[in-house]
Amino acid sequence: MSNVSIRNLQIQLGANKVIESLDLEVGAGEFIVLLGPSGCGKSTLLHSIAGLNDASGGSIEIGGRDMTYADPKDRGIALVFQSYALYPTMNVEKNMSFGLRIAGTPKAEIARRVARAADMLQLGPLLQRKPAQLSGGQRQRVAIGRAIVREADVFLFDEPLSNLDAKLRTELRRELKLLHRQLQATMIYVTHDQVEAMTLADRMAVMKGGVIQQFDTPDAIYRKPDNLFVATFLGSPGMNLFNGRIEARDGRTWFRNEHLALDVTGYAFRQPPADGLACVLGVRPEDVDVDPAGPWRGKVTLVEAMGAHRVLWLDFHGTQVAAIVQDEANGGSFAIRPEHVSLFDQATTQRL
Amino acid sequence: MKRDVMREIDLPPVRRRPRSRITPARIGVYAFLVTAALFFLVPLYVMLVTSVKPMDEIRLGNIFALPLSPTLAPWHSAWQAACTGLECEGIRGGFWNSVWITVPSMVLSIVIGAVNGYALSFWRPRGANLLFAVLMMGAFVPGQVMLYPLVRALAAVELYSSLPGIVLVHVIFGMPMMTLLFRNYYAALPEELFKAARIDGGGFWRIFFELMLPMSTPVIVVAAIMQVTNIWNDFLLGLVFAGSDHLPMTVQLNNIINTTTGERLYNVNMAATILTSLVPLALYFLSGRWFVRGIASGAVKG
Repeated sequence: MSNVSIRNLQIQLGANKVIESLDLEVGAGEFIVLLGPSGCGKSTLLHSIAGLNDASGGSIEIGGRDMTYADPKDRGIALVFQSYALYPTMNVEKNMSFGLRIAGTPKAEIARRVARAADMLQLGPLLQRKPAQLSGGQRQRVAIGRAIVREADVFLFDEPLSNLDAKLRTELRRELKLLHRQLQATMIYVTHDQVEAMTLADRMAVMKGGVIQQFDTPDAIYRKPDNLFVATFLGSPGMNLFNGRIEARDGRTWFRNEHLALDVTGYAFRQPPADGLACVLGVRPEDVDVDPAGPWRGKVTLVEAMGAHRVLWLDFHGTQVAAIVQDEANGGSFAIRPEHVSLFDQATTQRL
Repeated sequence: MKRDVMREIDLPPVRRRPRSRITPARIGVYAFLVTAALFFLVPLYVMLVTSVKPMDEIRLGNIFALPLSPTLAPWHSAWQAACTGLECEGIRGGFWNSVWITVPSMVLSIVIGAVNGYALSFWRPRGANLLFAVLMMGAFVPGQVMLYPLVRALAAVELYSSLPGIVLVHVIFGMPMMTLLFRNYYAALPEELFKAARIDGGGFWRIFFELMLPMSTPVIVVAAIMQVTNIWNDFLLGLVFAGSDHLPMTVQLNNIINTTTGERLYNVNMAATILTSLVPLALYFLSGRWFVRGIASGAVKG
């Protein structure tokens, strides 16, 4: 169990500056998820922690020791790849013990560790098989087993579940979370799947263009996104956005545009906003309250049945508004619950 | 809709006959294939038939006729009695010379090509691309250009006219092609494999021998076939560099055919020629499938 601290890290791949300057502090035993769209530099960052990409500046410390230029094998890390990267000519047992054999670990110790990992991941009956004879889920288990056998301080996962079908993904996701509890190791997990990120992470970092946009607990990021990118990247369907202005009147603060006025006096402004500031109101679909007594009225254009709930799409003066409702909606009147709305500056896209 | 259903019910069950195999397109294809096969097989047929005819029959001039009284004497003579210049010991000496040249040259050039390809595609040393470009230029410069400098260079290190000398020359000439072959094969492998092995602590040689080499069987087979064929069939380099004690079979074959005392022994010449080409021929028959598979799976792709 080690903490990881990254300071002012710069990574350049060819002529391409992927990460300009990045800081990240991961506590010992924490489960951190790096979330972002493809090409945002999250895998590059992970591979740099693993030592597979050379940093061109800054420092990476693992367990208090400077590892910026250390060899991958000396960093006390294990990496699980999206493509599993199992050695095709070796059977499961040999795959898992390859690193230990190279390190010259005694045979009895190798056997003990392989048996323990096989036991944790139910790989016992498969030990003598070659990777080609395994299913996708089994292969990923072996890849995770290979990481466990190393008894690393920090586990790195590079989109490990992306190649699996939805059901297996859910299963392995749960197993990973339990594994984390069992091993108590630090884990850094890269994904573009927000459900994975929300369910697995103790804290998650949302990345875009090589920059961490927000680093917080999943709940905080979902409830209080730092900027418009984070707000729209998370959530399905995404956050409803309305352009408008801040209006201070009679000691109360209002969000107002030509169709909509909402009292946001209770909103936790970071700084008192200027009167008349152009801003964006963000409302999660579950905070749109479809209610016949609601003050605003949209036209129902579509109802999506999701099983546990329905998504109602309303056409509100040309804006598509998504609302989550429990039963067949009655009409298109709605209200907005002001407790959970977000407000962003239109110019800077930052949270107000 | 309804009418279709009705018709289907009314019609008696028709047994679907397999579609006739003979179509104009098929006839064309077969005609082409047969012609092509004949083109290559007729000379072989003439050689085989001639090699088992006594000289009396050959003198009749019917090169396509089957032998009336077949004999293996010409083969016997070609193997151990035909004259290559002053000596009359047949082609067997050349056969063993060729084996001694081919086997080490093939093994060494494959090992070097594999290591080169592995280093170029995974370790990417500084200047790897430049190195590779220079190597490729080497592959496209005609060998004749390098003959004279190579002769001088080998003479300077006293390897000229020796077995190690000719092996070295073959290894050098085979290196660009072997490197290209292995580089492309390794470039098509997922890079994560290499990265995983790096994290597991593998070094240059460990990853090469324990991970990459065991995965390289198809490309090694291809490389072996290419090298055996090239080196076995080589004439020029053998003539120039091997020296009189190690002349390969091809050079000796030429000597047999050009050594004439009295009449030309066509049957012996044919037998010697077939004997010389037997090794690559056998190799193709035994491993043709591997060859095609290897070419398709690594050498061309990527």
